[in-house]
Amino acid sequence: MRLINRRPGRSWRISLVILPFALLLIAYLAGSAARLADNPQDKLLPSAVQMAEAVDRMALSEDPRSGRYLFWDDTASSLKRLGMGLLISAALGLCLGVLSGTLPMFGASLSPLLTVVSMIPPLAILPVLFIVFGLDELSKVMLIVIGITPVIARDIEQRAREIPVELLIKAQTLGANTWTLILRVVLPQLLPRLLIALQLSLGSAWLFLIAAEAIASTDGLGYRIFLVRRYLAMDVILPYVAWITLLAWLMDFGLKRLTRAAFPWYEGGRA
Amino acid sequence: MSYIQVRNLWQTYGDQVVLENLRVDIAEGEFCALVGASGCGKSTFLRMLLGQEAPSRGRILLDGKPLATEPDASRGIVFQRYSVLPHLSVLDNVALGLELPRAPVLGRLFGRAKADAREQAAALLKRVGLGHALDKYPSQLSGGMQQRLAIAQALIMKPRMLLLDEPFGALDPGIRKDMHALLLELWQETRLTVLMVTHDLSEGFTLGTRLLVFDKVRHDPHEPGAYGARITYDIPLNLDRHATREAVAALPEHVTGALKNA
Repeated sequence: MRLINRRPGRSWRISLVILPFALLLIAYLAGSAARLADNPQDKLLPSAVQMAEAVDRMALSEDPRSGRYLFWDDTASSLKRLGMGLLISAALGLCLGVLSGTLPMFGASLSPLLTVVSMIPPLAILPVLFIVFGLDELSKVMLIVIGITPVIARDIEQRAREIPVELLIKAQTLGANTWTLILRVVLPQLLPRLLIALQLSLGSAWLFLIAAEAIASTDGLGYRIFLVRRYLAMDVILPYVAWITLLAWLMDFGLKRLTRAAFPWYEGGRA
Repeated sequence: MSYIQVRNLWQTYGDQVVLENLRVDIAEGEFCALVGASGCGKSTFLRMLLGQEAPSRGRILLDGKPLATEPDASRGIVFQRYSVLPHLSVLDNVALGLELPRAPVLGRLFGRAKADAREQAAALLKRVGLGHALDKYPSQLSGGMQQRLAIAQALIMKPRMLLLDEPFGALDPGIRKDMHALLLELWQETRLTVLMVTHDLSEGFTLGTRLLVFDKVRHDPHEPGAYGARITYDIPLNLDRHATREAVAALPEHVTGALKNA
């Protein structure tokens, strides 16, 4: 049988999913063990035990100086910034995208503007944000907003244009005015797409969050990683990175589930 | 004065002439089948009647008044595809037509008014044979069912004019026959003016009370877009059906009312 026609069965699929992760883990553990055998003081590839100790120190015991659990504090402040950034971007991106994609009078000026704005590298204007919005929470949230809103808005705009013109005409023959047409026909059809756009911009959102925290912050996951970097504390950095990855994956998974549960018509509705 | 009057109607896209100098009168209650080769402007004519496109030259008059230049609730439309809203259930697709005109701000009704709208919608859906599928989404319906839904959706608005753009073009022959029967019944009940674009000549002959054939009279082999189509044949059909319907319409109200309720 040709390779293109062969599909893994259920148990095969699970093993194939696990395989690359297992290989990476084994390679890491082997490398770590070899280096530590050579030099017990080596910091580059900490062993599982060392990382577990670091996690215990950061997440499960109070910080002796502040009396707080740093790991959970960092997680809470990062998630708060990320959540606010995503929420504002989604709302703003949806509004801009719908306006620009459905109303030609608005699209004429909004569409080129969005294209140009989306080309500005957000990190390049990070100093501007710090100057304008100060060094506290607002500028970090703004970096996420500025980074991903244009992407979401352009995606929504494109999807709004893809709604068949027949549907818009049909709605008008059913007595819709411009506002109710957007409210009852355009918006509901774009909401699942908004969730997908959010899902796709999660990666950039995390990138901007970590960048902002690394440069100007006193807490947060990104701040901690860049702080302990000074001591080459790979035993802290690696669990933090794994934790960020897990959080991002959970969000991605949650959004996917939400799309399917909230919009049962969406998958089949593309026919 | 006839219901629809078309005078000196031209439609051109750039250098390409699609329709030239159309002149036609259509009486209220007529079932017009528009036939012709592809690209001869039947659908363009329908879009102009719908208000989706403005003519390059000439006028369309409804009851002697110029036609509104955007689609509105007085003219229903069923397209070959994309006629129903994929995100609403079958019931809501039809109830939407009752909600939108009455709720210009929120676009939806609540409480009693909503229940009434849904009841009316359900009754009409039962009439077109979709009573068992009220809660389904359009993507779960077959092609024929979707077109039934599209027709019900258009009829709930009680339009004076129903425009059909190859509504059955994508359906199997057997299903198409059922749809013909349904459409004729509905036409007879509602006294609608129907204009239907079709590729299928026999469909036009079966359904219409009048057949309008669109064709190009003049050809320039070096410049295919130089001349547009006109209505080359205008054939009255199924006169008996027309007569029957007029006879029924002439019956006194209490008799027809009793028949309809039966």
